[in-house]
Amino acid sequence: MSNQNGSGSDRKFKVVGTRPIRHDGLDKVTGRANYGADLALPGMLQGAILRSPHAHARIKKLDVSKALAMPGVKAIVTSADFPEIGSGGMAAGESHIDPKDLQANIMARGKVLYHGHAVAAVAASTIEQAREACKMITVDYEVLKPVMTLAQALAKDAPILHEGRKAVGVPPLPEGDTNIMMRLANAKGDVDAAFKGADVVVEGWYEASMAHQGYIEPHATVVTTRENGQAEIWCSTQGPFAVKSMVAVTLQMDPNLIRVTPSEIGGGFGGKTTIYLEPVAVLLSRKARRPVKMVMSREEVFRATGPTSGTRIWAKLGVKKDGSFVAADTRMEFEAGGFAGSPMGAASMTLYAAYNIPNFRFEGLDIVVNRPKVAAYRAPGAPNAAYALETAIDELAQKLAIDPIDLRLKNAVKEGDVASYGPKYDRIGFIECLQAAKNHPQYKAPLGKNQGRGVGAGFWFNVGLQSSATVSINDDGSAVVRTGNPDIGGSRASMAITVAEELGIPVERVRPLVGDTDTVGYCDLTGGSRVTYATGMAVIEASKNVIEHLRARAATIWGCEVDAVEWRDGQAVGTNGASNNKPLSLADIAKQMAHTGGPIIASASVNPPAAGPGFGVHLCDIEVDPETGRSTVLRYLVVQDAGKAVHPSYVEGQFQGGAAQGIGWALWEEYLFDKDGKMENPGFLDYRMPVASDLPMIDTVVVEVPNPLHPYGVRGVGETPIVPPLATVGNAVSRAIGVRMHQLPMTPPRVLDAIETKKG
Amino acid sequence: MAKIQVQTTINGETFDYLCDGQQSLLSVLRDELGLTGTKEGCSTGDCGACSITLDGQLVPSCLVLAAEAQGREIGTVEGVSSATGLHPIQQKFLEHAALQCGVCTPGLIVATRALLLKNPNPTEAEARYYLAGNLCRCTGYDKIIKAVLDAAASMRGESA
Repeated sequence: MSNQNGSGSDRKFKVVGTRPIRHDGLDKVTGRANYGADLALPGMLQGAILRSPHAHARIKKLDVSKALAMPGVKAIVTSADFPEIGSGGMAAGESHIDPKDLQANIMARGKVLYHGHAVAAVAASTIEQAREACKMITVDYEVLKPVMTLAQALAKDAPILHEGRKAVGVPPLPEGDTNIMMRLANAKGDVDAAFKGADVVVEGWYEASMAHQGYIEPHATVVTTRENGQAEIWCSTQGPFAVKSMVAVTLQMDPNLIRVTPSEIGGGFGGKTTIYLEPVAVLLSRKARRPVKMVMSREEVFRATGPTSGTRIWAKLGVKKDGSFVAADTRMEFEAGGFAGSPMGAASMTLYAAYNIPNFRFEGLDIVVNRPKVAAYRAPGAPNAAYALETAIDELAQKLAIDPIDLRLKNAVKEGDVASYGPKYDRIGFIECLQAAKNHPQYKAPLGKNQGRGVGAGFWFNVGLQSSATVSINDDGSAVVRTGNPDIGGSRASMAITVAEELGIPVERVRPLVGDTDTVGYCDLTGGSRVTYATGMAVIEASKNVIEHLRARAATIWGCEVDAVEWRDGQAVGTNGASNNKPLSLADIAKQMAHTGGPIIASASVNPPAAGPGFGVHLCDIEVDPETGRSTVLRYLVVQDAGKAVHPSYVEGQFQGGAAQGIGWALWEEYLFDKDGKMENPGFLDYRMPVASDLPMIDTVVVEVPNPLHPYGVRGVGETPIVPPLATVGNAVSRAIGVRMHQLPMTPPRVLDAIETKKG
Repeated sequence: MAKIQVQTTINGETFDYLCDGQQSLLSVLRDELGLTGTKEGCSTGDCGACSITLDGQLVPSCLVLAAEAQGREIGTVEGVSSATGLHPIQQKFLEHAALQCGVCTPGLIVATRALLLKNPNPTEAEARYYLAGNLCRCTGYDKIIKAVLDAAASMRGESA
C-alpha cells in the first residue's frame, strides 16, 4: 500500500480503516431483511403488465373491455391513463432524463419500440387473475421492420424509430429523420499531422455487446394511494428521492403528495436509478382504491429494463518508438435502445482521461435501436471506451515490444496534468496503481502453454452531488445516523464508522439508518460512487455539529466558556481554567441532556461539485483450451486507488464484484436477438453471468492516495472496478491464442474462429 | 379448482396449508406462510436465491410444487440460526463481509449448510462447484468462498 502526502494523510484514525461487522448484516444472514417483493399489505392487489410481442410496431387499437370483465380484475391502465407531457430535460443524478421518453418507456404510447415494451397493466386479486386478464386485452399492431443493430440503424433506408425527431449535439448533424439522437465531437491539436509523425499506428473496430446489470432482485414495488391524492411508494431503488421526482413528472403530480420508502435493495449497479413499475402501480392503486404490488419476472427484467449499450468503436492510436503517445482518433457508436440516452457522453469524456495524448479527436453517436432502453450500469460508457483504447495500447505494446505497464507508465496522467475532458488533475493515484501492479507477484508468475496475461487500466470521474445526514444522541450515549441513501454494498457500516470516528465512541454504539423521503433530508441517489464520499462528508459535518452541542453542554455543566472545552477521544476535556474538571464522556453528557438543554441532535448537508477521480489497473491470467475455445481465468488482480478505505472489506468487495461483472461481459454475457427482434436468452441459464466455479479468488491491492477534496481522503470506489476488465480479459485471451480479437464477449466459438483464422 | 391440503414440516415445526395444483413451494413459503427470507430471483431454477432443503436435499423451491411437500421436511434460512445464536456459517459470512446487497445470502447460507453436511472439509474447487447454482452479482464470490471454507474449519473445530 502506498500512502502519499495530502489532505487527511497525517490523521491517525481509530475506526476508519477497521473492519467491523456491518450493522445490517444480521438481518441479511437470517432472512429478516425486507426487499422489494417482501412487503404485503392488507387488501393488496397484484399487478401484471402486458408487454409487446413485437420489437417495432404501431399500436392501432387497444381494447381492454374483455379483460375488465375477467374474474378478480379491479383495474386496468394503458397509456391513455397517463397525462400527456412535453419534452424537456430533468436532472437525475448522473444522467439527464427526458420526461416524455421516461413515460413512454414505462407505458408505450402509439408505438412499441422493443419486444417487451409495456402496453397495458392489470390489477387483480391474484397474480394469476392479473396474468389471465392480460391475455384478454386485444391489441391491434401494425408491425414494422425492427432495427436491431447499429449498422441497420445507420443504413440509408433504415426504418426510423422516432419520426420527426431531429438529432442534437455537435454539427454536422444528419438532415431529416434519423436514428442518430445525438452527436458529440471534440478535438485537440493537429491529429492528422501527428499521425504522420508517428512511428507505429494501430487502428481497428472494437465491439462490445449489450449487457445487463444482472442484479439478483427483480424490480418490485407496493403502492398505496389515498383519497386526497397521496401516494405511498415502497420499492427497490437506488434513489428514493429520484423515484419521487420521476413519478411526479411522469404522472404530472404534486411531488408533495408522494412519499417513497426504499426497501432493502437486492443489487442495482445503476439499473435501479430509474423507474418502470412505480407510476403504473400508482395509477392502478388509484383506480382500484387498494394497495397494489408489482414484481417483475426475470424475463421482464431482461426484456424491459435497462441493460447497458452494445457499442462499435473505431479507434486509432499512434506512438513514437519510445512509447510516447502522439495522436488518437476515435468514433464511437452507442446503442441507446428504444429511446435516446446512451452513456456515450461519459464514454467520450473518460476515453482519453488516463493518458497524456497531445493530439486527439473523437466523435460519438447516440443511436436508437429496437432493443430495451439502456439504463446506467456501473461507470456507464467507460468500460466500452476503455475496451477500445486499452486494447489498442496492448497492440502497440506488442508491436513496440514494450512491457504493457511500462507503456502506460510512460503516458499516464499525474497531478497537474490537464485531463482530456478539461479540468486539471489534483492529487491522483494512477501511477501508484501501475507501479503496484508491476510489483505484484502475479505479474512475475510464469505462464504455461496456451496461457496469456492481460493488463488493462480504467478511469472514472466519481461524483459528489447533494447529500444530507442527521446524527442524534440517545440518553445512554449511543448515536443514530440517518441518511437517504439505500445501502447497496455496505454503506451503513461506513456511515457508522464515520460517526464513531468523529464522536470517539465504539462503532457498535452507532446505529445507521436509511430513511424514507419524509423522514430524512434530501439525498441524491446511491450511484456515481458517491455515498461514502459525499454522504460521508455530510455525516462528518453532522457529527462535528453534534460535538459543538456536546462542548456547550459540558460548558453548562462546568459553568465555563465553551471555548474552554475541547472534544478529545470521545470526551469533553476542560482547558484554560476549566482543566480541573474531570473529563465528561459522551455517556456522561447524554445522561444529563434533559437538564442541560434537551435532546442533542444535529444535521448537515453538502453539495460537493467534484469528487476526485478513481484509477484502477487490472491483471488477468487466462488459459484458453485450443480444442474448445473455452477461456479459464487462472488469476485476477485488481489494483485501485481508494483514497482512504473506510471499511477495507467493502472496498475490496467493490473491486472484486466489479471485476467479476467485467469478466462476465468480456467472456460470456450478451443479448441475443432473433431476426424479429425477440431476445433469445432472457434468463440466467442462457444469459451467462459468472458463477462461483467460473472464477478464481480475485486478489486486490487497495492503494491509498488521499483525495484532497475529502477530510479523510476518501475516493468513490464502486464504479472504477468495471472499467478495466473488458480489455484486461480480452488482452489476456488475445495473448494466450496469439491472435488479436476485437469483439466481446470472447465466447468459445469466437475464440475458435480466431484460432482457425490464424492457422489459415 | 379445489385447493390441495398439505401438511409439512418447516424448520422442525408442523405446518398446514392449502395450495393450488400449479403453485410453487416458493410461492407458498413467501406469500402464504410469510417466510420471505427465501428470495425469488428468477423462478426458473437458475439463480439459487430460493434455495431450501427438502428432506435434506438442496433444491430451488421455485421448481418444487407446493403439493409435493406433503409429509416432507423443509429447511429454510429462517431455521438456520437457533436460540443460542447464529449458525457458524452465518457468523463467518458476516466476519468475511461475504455479502453486499444480501439478496442472494439466504440461498447461499442454506446451500452452504447442505454442502457442509455432505462434505465437512471441502476444497475450494468443491465449494465453488457445489455453490455454482447460487448466483451472486455483487461480490465476485471471493469473500463467499473464504467464508464457506472458514465456516467449515470452524465447524470441524479447527481455526482456519
